[in-house]
Amino acid sequence: MSLETTRQLKHDTPDHDRRLDGMAQGVLGTDMDRPEGPLKVSGRATYAAESRPEGMAHGYLVRAATIGRITGSNAEAIRAMPGVLHVLEDERMIRNAAQGMAGQSPVQKQGQSWYVGQPVACVVAETFEQARHAAQAMMVTIEPDGTHVFDAEAEGAEIDTPEKKQVSQGDLDSAMAQAAFSIDHDYHTPSMSSAAMEPHASIAQWDDEGRVTLRGSYQLLRFNKNELADVLGVAPDKVRILSPYVGGGFGSKLGLAPEAVAAALAAQALGRPVRVVLHRRQVFETVTRRSETKQRIRLACDADGKLTGIGHENLVSQLPGEVFSEPVAQGTHFQYAAPNRVVGHNIARIRRSAAGSVRAPGEAVGVTAFEIAVDELAKSAGIDPLEFRLRNVPDKHPENGKPFSSSTMEATLREGARRFGWQHSQPRQRREGEWWIGTGMAGAVRVNMMIEAHARVVLTGTGARVECDMTDIGTGSYAILTQVAAEMLGFAPAQVETVLGDTDLPPASGSGGSFGAASTSTAVYLACMELRERLAAKIGVKETELTLKDGVATHENRQTPLAEVLGDEEWRALGHLKPGRAGREVRQATWGAIFAEVAVSDVTGETRVRRMDGTFAAGRILNLKTARSQCHGGMIWGIGLALTEALEHDPRDGHMVNRDLAEYHLPVNLDVPQLGVHFIEERDDWANPLQAKGIGELSICGAGAAVVNAIENACGVRVRRLPATLDQVMEGLIAQG
Amino acid sequence: MQLQLDVNGERHALDLDPRTSLLDALRDHLGLTGSKKGCDHGQCGACTVIVEGRRINSCLTLACMHEGDEITTVEGLGAPDDLSPLQRAFVEHDGYQCGYCTPGQICSATAMLGEIEKGWPSNVTEDLEAQVEASIEEISERMSGNLCRCSCYPGIVDAIRQVAKEEAGA
Repeated sequence: MSLETTRQLKHDTPDHDRRLDGMAQGVLGTDMDRPEGPLKVSGRATYAAESRPEGMAHGYLVRAATIGRITGSNAEAIRAMPGVLHVLEDERMIRNAAQGMAGQSPVQKQGQSWYVGQPVACVVAETFEQARHAAQAMMVTIEPDGTHVFDAEAEGAEIDTPEKKQVSQGDLDSAMAQAAFSIDHDYHTPSMSSAAMEPHASIAQWDDEGRVTLRGSYQLLRFNKNELADVLGVAPDKVRILSPYVGGGFGSKLGLAPEAVAAALAAQALGRPVRVVLHRRQVFETVTRRSETKQRIRLACDADGKLTGIGHENLVSQLPGEVFSEPVAQGTHFQYAAPNRVVGHNIARIRRSAAGSVRAPGEAVGVTAFEIAVDELAKSAGIDPLEFRLRNVPDKHPENGKPFSSSTMEATLREGARRFGWQHSQPRQRREGEWWIGTGMAGAVRVNMMIEAHARVVLTGTGARVECDMTDIGTGSYAILTQVAAEMLGFAPAQVETVLGDTDLPPASGSGGSFGAASTSTAVYLACMELRERLAAKIGVKETELTLKDGVATHENRQTPLAEVLGDEEWRALGHLKPGRAGREVRQATWGAIFAEVAVSDVTGETRVRRMDGTFAAGRILNLKTARSQCHGGMIWGIGLALTEALEHDPRDGHMVNRDLAEYHLPVNLDVPQLGVHFIEERDDWANPLQAKGIGELSICGAGAAVVNAIENACGVRVRRLPATLDQVMEGLIAQG
Repeated sequence: MQLQLDVNGERHALDLDPRTSLLDALRDHLGLTGSKKGCDHGQCGACTVIVEGRRINSCLTLACMHEGDEITTVEGLGAPDDLSPLQRAFVEHDGYQCGYCTPGQICSATAMLGEIEKGWPSNVTEDLEAQVEASIEEISERMSGNLCRCSCYPGIVDAIRQVAKEEAGA
């Protein structure tokens, strides 16, 4: 093995070099197919539950049916059932999935059931059928430990109001009193589920040296490794996690979940590999959900539609002992300018299952409610909602005065409107048979982040290999990392192999918060830049004068095949991105605009989305095809948020009533029209040397509002409690007469 | 119990717990993990396979009910270096992201195109007498039993339409 050199970037300043614009291979930014595509469409990509190590036993989790102190069980009887090998009642089992980037164990069982559905035991048997049967026969005795509150808005709910999360600037009350137009409404969004298609699954196996290998389905492997090590009380280097393919995440696989812990503990106890797969209902209950929100939004503007006051005060819920709380106003801090501002953040500690990050935590529900409120104010001011937004584009961060790294809010609004053919109209103007037809729009915004990432690139004379513990949860990591390396080193993508999802490889960013593509691509870029420097030095030219294309180095009109430069050697370089001041000195964000046309039945109150168009700006687009698919995904999540998705909790004990895919209504194929997605190409030099920003979450941050606003435009019914179910719309239609 | 299953043209002898679903027999006993378990309750469609020419949810049926049946899984439709037209079209149109629902989508679409060809109507078919067209609406309706949380429905529909057109032109 040859020497491995490292190139580190402490990301403090913008990068105006834009080196990728000068590369010659021409593969970055194209609509290249995903390299792993043929494996996925032929069923050969293997997910967490799909290896079958010799001697594997099967575990099945047992849920708590009530809340309280665990005092006993019928484990003795269960052990005697056919095939049962082990009944795990370990106090180290975890209460719920860890929060994203926790890096340490979440609250452990410790003799307590905190919420209905908490995993409290795991039955392990020779076969899956035996384990399931025995687990369903297991009874855990739980003594009630007092009365609890199950609804954030109920009397007696304990409310945290963290000082650091409150904002008050100017005088909002006066602004409201003096406003030419104002609105003051409560908006509600329900408890929601990520509902990734692959249920969480783990296969754990210990070796003779006391090291555990876990095949799991996780998003942030370097954190997950530390979480599992912490739970087990072993050093992190005694844990290896493999997640080469992840069947969707959306936040649900950010943190280590209960099945991984149960599998590792049972495998240790039995001395053989153990697989634990969460049943779909267990996924709903034990993996973090998106909190329900109550959002009081106050808006004030002058006669010209210029905002003078913004208030966004929120109530979310969470289990005691969890640090995370849905950052509802994350976008509100900077989306619109107004001198008088109040942001309030309140957390009710109640006994529903743990809340956590779900695709675009904060903006997905915060921007959605806010963009409905903006529509309401524009309407009362008698101004086209598009025009109203254009009059309130901020030129700097309205709260702290920092500049934006790039501001594309106006450009996306104008271009989006042009593409959709936006025309402002009064409600209840178009009717086709029983259907009211209307259009609505909303702005989209999402903060942009970078986190620390490492990646190794191995160069040979005939190709390159990218190696890191990055995950591809459907986001396109295999594609874009392949493209970045191919572009930088001058190879066809087929000559570049990308190996991901193994904690024995350099620790990348992982996937979450839309930071994965930009962070890990930057690490790959740095490693490639290091290799380019070494190539240039060996050939004897300056790196900036080196052109690499199709495996050939061109310099001063001379051509040298890389095979000749490297011979049989294998050059290795490690790229290391460390976030720095560049993320703090400016406000980095991605922007968009979403337009929708809906039909609302005057007979049933049903809403059908007929047309939806999104225009987005997120820096350099690394792969047009995968970026577009990510935007489709967010827009369709917006349809779900607007029309169908809601977890219902029993008011008596907080348990999730509709905890499966039949009763929790994801949008299905027929719910979705053909969608338009358009990107405004830009280079955000502050973002990173690739000028690329995250794209995975932006399109959900406002899409639901476009649909809800279109309902109002169609039939005159304003819905403030999502989703806009038939009964709510019907009630509004009846009230209109 | 002892039984034989005919999968992708091969006969397999198995010794199974009678409670074993067809899906678990394929995944855990034959190593054909292309068929996915998303809910185990017939709610998501990820486990769709083709049995005797018809698409079914393999999680909702027991393996022991299918002795002698001709079973086709996604592995039987094509291999990475020899993809079926639908598999190729899914790659080209990015009709998948995480890939977990994809084998079910492709098995479902394969059988669904046959249903349209046979003239079977759906809930959105206007004229029960006329030949059914593989329109966007017909495809969307007939594919609505296969959930995709990555929400690749536009790509899925585009992929299927392309193959339907190619087949109609052939």
